[in-house]
Amino acid sequence: MSEHDSKDETTDEPTEPTRNASSSSGPSDRIDIPRVGLYAVLLGLVAFYLAPIEAGLVTSLKTRTGVIETLPFAPPFFGEFTASSWASAFDTLARGLLNSALYAVPATVISALIGSVAAYGLTQANWKRRYKAFFLALFVAGIFIPYQAVLVPVTRFWSNYAQIEGLLLPLWLLGVDRDYTALVELMITSIAYGIPICTILFRSYYKNMNGEMIEAARLDGASLRRVYRRIVLPLSMPMFAVVLIYQFTQIWNDLLFALVLVQSTSSQAAPAVLILSGLGVSQEGMNFSLQMAGALLTALPTIAVYVMFSEEFSEGIAT
Amino acid sequence: MRDIFEEQESDDESPDRTADARADGGVTRPGRETASGLERVTNALDERFGEDFVESSPFWFPAFLLMALFVYGAIFWNLLISLTDYEGFLNDPNYSNLDFEMYVRAFNDPNVINASVNTLILVIGFTLATLVIGLLLAILIDRGIRFENTFRTIYLLPMSLSFVVTAQFWLWMYNYNNGVINIVLGVVGLGPIDWLGNQSIVLWAVILALMWQFSGYAMVVYLAGLRAIPDDNYEAAMVDGASTVKMYWRVIIPQLKGATISASVVLMVFALKAFDFLYALVSGYRPPAGTDILATLMVREAYQNTNWAYGSAIAIILFAMALLIIGPYLIYQFRRDNL
Repeated sequence: MSEHDSKDETTDEPTEPTRNASSSSGPSDRIDIPRVGLYAVLLGLVAFYLAPIEAGLVTSLKTRTGVIETLPFAPPFFGEFTASSWASAFDTLARGLLNSALYAVPATVISALIGSVAAYGLTQANWKRRYKAFFLALFVAGIFIPYQAVLVPVTRFWSNYAQIEGLLLPLWLLGVDRDYTALVELMITSIAYGIPICTILFRSYYKNMNGEMIEAARLDGASLRRVYRRIVLPLSMPMFAVVLIYQFTQIWNDLLFALVLVQSTSSQAAPAVLILSGLGVSQEGMNFSLQMAGALLTALPTIAVYVMFSEEFSEGIAT
Repeated sequence: MRDIFEEQESDDESPDRTADARADGGVTRPGRETASGLERVTNALDERFGEDFVESSPFWFPAFLLMALFVYGAIFWNLLISLTDYEGFLNDPNYSNLDFEMYVRAFNDPNVINASVNTLILVIGFTLATLVIGLLLAILIDRGIRFENTFRTIYLLPMSLSFVVTAQFWLWMYNYNNGVINIVLGVVGLGPIDWLGNQSIVLWAVILALMWQFSGYAMVVYLAGLRAIPDDNYEAAMVDGASTVKMYWRVIIPQLKGATISASVVLMVFALKAFDFLYALVSGYRPPAGTDILATLMVREAYQNTNWAYGSAIAIILFAMALLIIGPYLIYQFRRDNL
């Protein structure tokens, strides 16, 4: 980005001969019509991208009559302000937010670690390209699988073949609700389906890594494991940030596996997105104020992560 | 696999020996031909696949195994289930009597045909719209603007949201009486339109909402592509006197082929998975009339109607569609040395 800014600055300099001669547009500080138009379009698009979130935010702070009687994007200025939707959304979702964090955080960390190690073995180690390509192709295809194609087997696997409820006996003795079996299943499932994307993200990073140091260490007789621990892992930290952020967003946001493994929104172990998917719908119709508060509350962790690490996030999805 | 793990251990315990061998400048492991049968096997494997094959396998093989079981094993299992008549809560699938009955049923089921058509419309419409808007955003952002990072962050923000959250927001946007869209249309004298209730437009309303969420993604991919084009390409076109629009159309866009291909594959696959969004729109298995896609139909058949085998068959049809997109993409990537 800084690269681009500097380019812009040179355009601003009237002393830059070639650029000025070739481009008809003058210094961007001067007001000219195309430039104004450009910013008008950019701001219009900002309105488009923020409108649903803004409308959601103001609606979440309105009373039920306020929701019906005021404009959806108008702030609640005239006495229809209330925080009760947020309070009841928090009551309903607090358990879900905790549950989501309980499985999303470990699943993110574990799948990132596994992905890093696997990508190293498939990239930095020397073996023949056409065989590597075969394994890599399987990993890449694994990213794009529609999860519907594995849903029934995954359900049957956990319900009939891998009954882990007994293995978690210490947890139940500690007073943890037995519903949490589903959360452990969800965590392992998320790890397994997160491995392909994590591996491929790390692989694209390792492929572009400077190989000289690794080559030298290998010639000095360092084992693959030592090279990983001493050289590759410390150098992977920027990519770990990218992968952790991307993977956390993915796992936190996914509904499908939570729906089939946890099943009920009333389960003790229900993650936030699952509870949210059933929020605000009742006999008397929809309570949009509550729905918006719930949506924002559920989105808060991922929005926070995104705003703090937007650079890493865009790198993650662009790879 | 135990053998390979042990090989790894013994390798680590004798680094000196390996070190000596390596320091000689040897690339493979010399002086080991006289070794045990196990080592002969690993040497043969290394010969076949490359020098580090055995030593590197503890790194990638466990991950590969886990993924292979959960992804490819499960797909195969799904295929088996789709060939049975498995349904109901208490039964188990009977694998001894396999036939294509479920596929025959699927191809004659108007719901499946309808859902396939909707899936195609969604995949193609959503992908094209998102690519065009994403490209537009990328070009605007690449014009050397101020606050570039802020604009980019805002356009990409929806991408960090869950499908479920997006669905809640757009449910409110599309609300008949109080939604932002109808109120804005009302200002210019149009509408109100029943976006989610009118069967002929609801799919396009869904496409708009998904485009809102994913155009930032297309923007990021295109932006990386634009930044990779050398500046003198722009300058040459400008010297030739081409207008800005012409310059982009003739010179710049043709160079974005790679970005277009990878972005469209990802977007198409996202569209195939739009289940979460449609489920959350109605908090249930049956999406608004006119938006039933294969992904929702499959989950409804399996988890609501407990027609497990039938649901699995629909899932295989969906998987075949995904394969039609991924297969050529993998070949393309392999040819470009990206695999």
